[in-house]
Amino acid sequence: MAMAGAWAEHTVDVSGAKIFLRRAGKGTPVIVLHHDIGTLDKLAFYDELAKSHDVIIPDYPGWGRSPRLEWMRHPRDVAVFMQGLKAELGLAQAALVGLGFGGWIAAEMAAMAPREVSKLVLVGAFGMKPAEGDILDQAIISYIDYPHAFFHDRKAFEAHYGNVSVDQLEAWDIAREMSFRIAWKPYMYSQQLPHLLGAVKAPALIVWGDDDRVVPVSAAHRFKTALPNGRLEIVKGAGHAVEMEKPVELARLVSPFIAAK
Amino acid sequence: MHLMYFTEQPMSAYDEKAGLDYGATALTFSNKHFDPKEGSRLYNEYIEQYLLVEEVGIDGIMLNEHHNAPFCMQAKTNVFASILAAITKKVKIVILGNPLPLAENPIRLAEELAMIDMISKGRLVSGFVRGGGQEQLSAGVNPAFNRERFIEAHDLVVKAWTQPGPFRWEGTHYQHRVVNPWAVPLQKPYPRVWIPGVISKETIIWSAQQRYPYIALNTSIEQTKKIWELYDATAADCGYTSGPENRGYLARIHVAETEEKAIENARQFTWMQGEFTGLAHPVWANPAGYFSPSGRRDFVQFAVGRSQNPRGDMSFEQQMASGMIMAGTPKTVLPRIRHLLEETRPGILSVWAQDGKVSHEDSKTCIRLLGEEVFPQVREWAKELDLKSPFEADAPVSIKYSKDLKKKAVAAE
Repeated sequence: MAMAGAWAEHTVDVSGAKIFLRRAGKGTPVIVLHHDIGTLDKLAFYDELAKSHDVIIPDYPGWGRSPRLEWMRHPRDVAVFMQGLKAELGLAQAALVGLGFGGWIAAEMAAMAPREVSKLVLVGAFGMKPAEGDILDQAIISYIDYPHAFFHDRKAFEAHYGNVSVDQLEAWDIAREMSFRIAWKPYMYSQQLPHLLGAVKAPALIVWGDDDRVVPVSAAHRFKTALPNGRLEIVKGAGHAVEMEKPVELARLVSPFIAAK
Repeated sequence: MHLMYFTEQPMSAYDEKAGLDYGATALTFSNKHFDPKEGSRLYNEYIEQYLLVEEVGIDGIMLNEHHNAPFCMQAKTNVFASILAAITKKVKIVILGNPLPLAENPIRLAEELAMIDMISKGRLVSGFVRGGGQEQLSAGVNPAFNRERFIEAHDLVVKAWTQPGPFRWEGTHYQHRVVNPWAVPLQKPYPRVWIPGVISKETIIWSAQQRYPYIALNTSIEQTKKIWELYDATAADCGYTSGPENRGYLARIHVAETEEKAIENARQFTWMQGEFTGLAHPVWANPAGYFSPSGRRDFVQFAVGRSQNPRGDMSFEQQMASGMIMAGTPKTVLPRIRHLLEETRPGILSVWAQDGKVSHEDSKTCIRLLGEEVFPQVREWAKELDLKSPFEADAPVSIKYSKDLKKKAVAAE
């Protein structure tokens, strides 16, 4: 099996904005769309994917190392920028792996340019109003309690974030502020998205942790209903951040799915 | 000097044990613990107290607004302002303040305030605030745009008051196609605007740039002096000399017939478990995007319990010792007020006279003593120290109406 190789860091100019990204691996281009809390630089799941595919992980404008765009008001604006990034990178098509909030971005990208998506993977995706329950409101819980809620097992949180540095707390606050700026209400879902996904003919893999306390699993069923070619997989013993808690299991689902013709 | 009376209108009959058990007494503390029979009783007692305030000759009544919490029953400041407009004759009705960013439709606020001004025959002081974090969350408005919404809503309201309609407003946060309210204020150019706040630099600077009096809310004497230093420096940059007519102060002062009674009642100033807006999670009071980015690193550590409240939690005894709470008979309280006046030189003084479970009778006694024994002496001192209110100084309503600017006003940053 090919090695992941070193992760390269790039900054790409998209429509006057600077998008920071990390990239590794060869093969099918895969764009990973990160959580609303941002992403750690290094994750086992990313390394696994990069063994078989060309994995691109951008920071959205305002998250991580991509400068904020003051005028942004909706995740669709981010999706448009990610489409622009794809164009700048010269990619006619890419597989999209959307993690949580990134799932909403991925779904928007697919809806706006269905032929440019080779495969769509939605993991604990935001963007749909759950038929039962609500998406967890981060506004009333703390900077640590919200990421805590991403995990089924607290030990998995600690393995990733340790004692939580002040830098990390600060990054979470900035991420939260960006989330408020662009997804305040309706909170973390679109009333239009269910009606826009009918044109997404690409195979879609919807993955949910069986203990996702951030997005109720009823949202997964709504995605499956809306997507013409969707399949739902539940991962046991995983919370919202399936990629952090069960990286090997998730990679075993996602990598072959992307590779399949 | 302009002397005012203030009460939070505490919901003193709520179930305190339930609040302690729940762990919060704000935002999400269930309103099943709000008994409207008690609410009805309390509102009518507060009305009686306000009528007494006018009777004993106090200049103004200060109102405010908070949501989702027992510490304050004023869910809509314009409601009480409307009541006072009709049932009082002389007091200034001082709203400190309408939380502008909570308004999805600032024109509606402009209309209500114009009605209040007309019905009261020109007694409205229309203060504005950003609103606390909890207010944003309770109203569902975006805290990340709080400051922008505050400024744009202010500009829109002032334009609605001063420019004949119809006009159209295509703003960033507000868009209106036909601004043409058939309710305009009686006072010209528009009702005075006073801006209450604590230590937020941006708000102090903005107020000075508008030439709006800033009302320091119960800050320590040292903090208050720093506020005036910043205000005065900004005023100088804008071409005017600021003075007592630009300065207000809210003091917690309870007076009673005896020292013991006064101190016993004054303890109620810490009735909300020491946090005057109730026990709340720090991220409720300061949702992301609400406060200055420069404070972010300190705040996030405090919000997860790693450091002390940057405001500092002072005990009742410490607050008494530092003068942030004053309690006693008129005779023992007056020297402390004198000290405050000498040190910070405000032209507007608001007395937050009681809180929590202080009885209706004791509240009325306090009002009577303030009006009859404390304030007359304070007025004499104010004359001696030349502490004029904006009314006495005939100060311009805003910088735009100044006649005394020394150089071109510097554009706001």
